[in-house]
Amino acid sequence: MSTTKYTEDHEWIRVEDGVGTVGITNHAQEQLGDIVFVEVPDVGRTLSKGDDAAVVESVKAASEVYAPVSGEVTEANAALADTPQTVNEDATGAGWLYKIKLSDPSQLDDLMDEDAYKAHAGA
Amino acid sequence: MSDTTQLLKTPLHALHVELGGKMVEFAGYSMPVQYPLGVLGEHKHTRAKAGLFDVSHMGQLRIDGTDAAEKLETLTTGDLQVLTPGRMRYTLFTNETGGILDDLMVTNAGDHLFVVVNAACKSADLAHMEAVLGGQMTELSDRALLALQGPSAEAVLSALAPEAAELTFMRSAAMTIDGAECFVTRSGYTGEDGYEISVPAEAAEAFARKLVSHPDVEVIGLGARDSLRLEAGLCLYGHDIDTGTTPVEGALEWAISKRRKAEGGFPGADIILDQLTNGAARRRVGLRPEGRAPAREGTDIADANGTLIGHVTSGGFGPTVEGPIAMGYVTIDHAGEGTEINLMIRGKPNPAKVVALPFVTQSYKR
Repeated sequence: MSTTKYTEDHEWIRVEDGVGTVGITNHAQEQLGDIVFVEVPDVGRTLSKGDDAAVVESVKAASEVYAPVSGEVTEANAALADTPQTVNEDATGAGWLYKIKLSDPSQLDDLMDEDAYKAHAGA
Repeated sequence: MSDTTQLLKTPLHALHVELGGKMVEFAGYSMPVQYPLGVLGEHKHTRAKAGLFDVSHMGQLRIDGTDAAEKLETLTTGDLQVLTPGRMRYTLFTNETGGILDDLMVTNAGDHLFVVVNAACKSADLAHMEAVLGGQMTELSDRALLALQGPSAEAVLSALAPEAAELTFMRSAAMTIDGAECFVTRSGYTGEDGYEISVPAEAAEAFARKLVSHPDVEVIGLGARDSLRLEAGLCLYGHDIDTGTTPVEGALEWAISKRRKAEGGFPGADIILDQLTNGAARRRVGLRPEGRAPAREGTDIADANGTLIGHVTSGGFGPTVEGPIAMGYVTIDHAGEGTEINLMIRGKPNPAKVVALPFVTQSYKR
C-alpha cells in the first residue's frame, strides 16, 4: 500500500516501505512547458527537507526541485538525461526524478493529500 | 505577479487571449509568452514554415524633415544619409562613455525616416531623440507591428500583397493590404527570411487573422522569439548589450558605418573609435556547452584554472541546434573560436567552447 503526498512547490512523493519516489506534478510540467534538461541527484546523497534536490529546465527557464522530506537518495532516473521530455509526457509515472529513503517518515504528515493539492494548484 | 490590469495592451491582445496565449508582463505590456503549441513547437514551426509575432509593443516613430538623417546621425553609429528610399539599417544609440543606449532600425521611407526601437527603451529613446529632433519626430502609437518570419513568409504575404515578393533583405516599401496602408520591411529577429509589417491599429486584428488562417502560419510567443534570436546570434538589449557595453565589446563593429568610423561625430566616438583601432578588453562571443545543461543569463565563465573571465548574457536551449547555446562576454584572450572555457552552472564547471555566431545558418533573401 503506497501513499502519495504533495508539496506547495508542486512536487509529489509516493511512499512504499519507507522509500519515496519523487517527481513534479502534472500541473508543474504544464506550467514549465517543454522540458529540455533534467538534473537528478547523485545516489547516496543525503538530503534535508527543502534542499535543492534536482533541476528541471524548460526552453525558457530553470526550476529547482526541492526535497519534500529528509533522507538518502537510493536511486535516480538516469534515463531523463537523454529523454527529458518524459517529464512532460508522464510526470507522475515514467518521469519520476529520484527515490529517497525517508529518515523521518513523520515529515509526510506536513504534506498535502491529493484533494488539498488540487485545491492549492487551482486544478 | 504584477497586476495585469495595469498593463498596456497591443491591438492584438484579444486575439492572443482567444488563441490561447499565456499572457505575461513584458516591458509594461501584457504579451503572449507562448501559445498551446509551446515554445519548442513554435520555434521549430517558424524555422520550417512561418511564424506570426506581435511586436506592437516596440516603439515605431517617424522623423520628418530633409535634415532628419543628418540630425539622427548625431546620436547613432550608422551612416543614415547614405540610405536611399526603401533602404534600412541596424544602428545603435550610444552614450558619452561609449555604452549602448538601445539598438534600433532606421528606414528611409521616402519622405521621412521610419524608426523602430525597443519597447523597454521607448520612453528614454523618445526623450533622447526629442532633444535633437524636437517636433520633427512623431511616435506612431496608432500602429501595430507584426513580424511574419520563416521560409513560407514570402508566399504567405505575397498572396495578400504581391509587391512583398519583390523586396530583398533590408529593403522596405509602403503597401496597401486589404485597404490598409501598411509599411513593410524585409527584416526580422529570427535569422529567417521574413517581414515586419507596420499596420494601422484598427486594421491589425483582421490582418493577423488573415495571416493565421493560412495553413503554414502559427502564432508565436515571446519564448520562441527569444530562442530564435539567440540561435541567430542576435543581441537582446538589456541583456547582451547595455549602457555598460560598447559596440566593439559587443562585437557590433559592423553597425558602425564606414563613414562614421572615419568621421566620428556620435556620442562616445573617441572611446569607440579607439577600441576599433586598439581593441577592447573583452568581447561578446558564442558559447557551446559540451554537455546538455543550459547556462542561463548570469552564469559565471571561468578559464581552465578556475579564474573568472566573464559571464553569460543570454543562454538556454536551442531547439534547432538541439542542445544548449549561450552568448556572453569573455576577456579578449579567451575570445578566439575554439577556446575551451568552463561555465559555472550551480557551482560546478561545465566545459564549453567559444564558437562563431550565429548558431544556425541565416536564411535571408539577399
